[in-house]
Amino acid sequence: METAVKANVLIDARGSFCPGPLMELIRGIRQAALGETIEVWSTDQGSRKDIPFWVQKAGHELIGMFEGPDYARFVVRKRR
Amino acid sequence: MKNVVVLGGGVGGTIVANLLARRLRREEAQVTLVDRDGKHVYQPAFLYVAFGGMDPRKVARDERRLLHRDVRLVLGEAERIDAERKEVHLADGRALAYDRLVIALGARLAPEELPGMEKAALHFYSLPAAMRMHDALERFPGGRIVVTVAGVPYKCPPAPAESACQLDYFFRRRGIRDRVDIHFLSPISRVFPLESVNPVVERLFAEHGIRSTVFFNVESIDPEAKTVNSLEGETIPYDLLVMVPPHRGAKVVEASGLGDRGGWLPVDRHTLRVKGHDDMLGLGDCTDLPVSKSGSAAHFQARVVADAILADLRGEAPATRYDGKVMCYFDAGYHKAMAMSFDYEHPPETPRLGLKAWIAKHLLNRAYWALVPTARV
Repeated sequence: METAVKANVLIDARGSFCPGPLMELIRGIRQAALGETIEVWSTDQGSRKDIPFWVQKAGHELIGMFEGPDYARFVVRKRR
Repeated sequence: MKNVVVLGGGVGGTIVANLLARRLRREEAQVTLVDRDGKHVYQPAFLYVAFGGMDPRKVARDERRLLHRDVRLVLGEAERIDAERKEVHLADGRALAYDRLVIALGARLAPEELPGMEKAALHFYSLPAAMRMHDALERFPGGRIVVTVAGVPYKCPPAPAESACQLDYFFRRRGIRDRVDIHFLSPISRVFPLESVNPVVERLFAEHGIRSTVFFNVESIDPEAKTVNSLEGETIPYDLLVMVPPHRGAKVVEASGLGDRGGWLPVDRHTLRVKGHDDMLGLGDCTDLPVSKSGSAAHFQARVVADAILADLRGEAPATRYDGKVMCYFDAGYHKAMAMSFDYEHPPETPRLGLKAWIAKHLLNRAYWALVPTARV
């Protein structure tokens, strides 16, 4: 589960059912500066679909999605 | 004698102070609670005020009357926390020394972060706003109502969808439901944050003719054109806009350099200690915990915070950890509600929508004062 990317902001959303990892990522993106990266940790199966879909729809960049045994990590760059 | 200072007389701070006062011997520590105005507000009542189901005079009580007699209540606004000197400075110049500090200041509404919001939108996140919303709903002749959130995070994640259901129920009772189009805009991939509960809410929306658009994160409002625009690039028109205002963390947390970018207080998800400051604990809406900003979360966290402080003062190891527990209700109108409960390890089960949960919710609205702040439950 190593990535070459060191994100500017790390959000540990493991175990977050409400508001949930996507909402935590949106919070992170809203607070970030253009070009910054946000890493979100999620145990929610739905994130694997939701997060890449939203990132693309909102015009940001999914740098990587890293699957681990217990949780997945998503690294996103704010593009707009 | 040690000093425990609690900032905030909401549900979390009040329970921590009462539990400590009850369990500490008088010579062990003085518990001081600092509150801005000495009024304890039951915020879940705001929704009911907006829809005319609760008397606005019944949503707040004197904090002093809810506190154990051994808790010292200080009225004032905390302006700066000096972590080095272990002091809290109040706006009126007083300073309070602490051995343990509890930060339970709640979230702050920040409508100024979305230009046009204050004039264009109604909401139910403060008592005056809920009363204004009620007036506007009584006068509304019909048209398109858009319900959404200005940003994330916000208090009580189910509340926007709940308010869409309440709008349907309200206009049905007013007899003009056929002239009202309710359009719910969700920032995420579904209408309800909890995945296992979402199908129930989607079914409710379908049954009651509530339209929805997902992945809609508000970027701006155009009050002239009466449209709301998303950062995903969509524009939706409205005649009446119900929008949860942007939220930020507590001012004193930001001013003291303790908050993250949104002013939220970073705390350990299990111990609730402020990261980098073992003598401070944080709970409730002011923290960056990945759980619902809600009174029930603060309620469960308060016991962990009180246990940790008691253990610290007695030189023992804290016995309890916060497991992410949250419990909440969703009142769908028509005397139907559902109850949900979950923690970090256990997602909620799909709840049953019905009269039983509705009665429980309305009993809680009444029994809150006797049971919750006083830490009887």
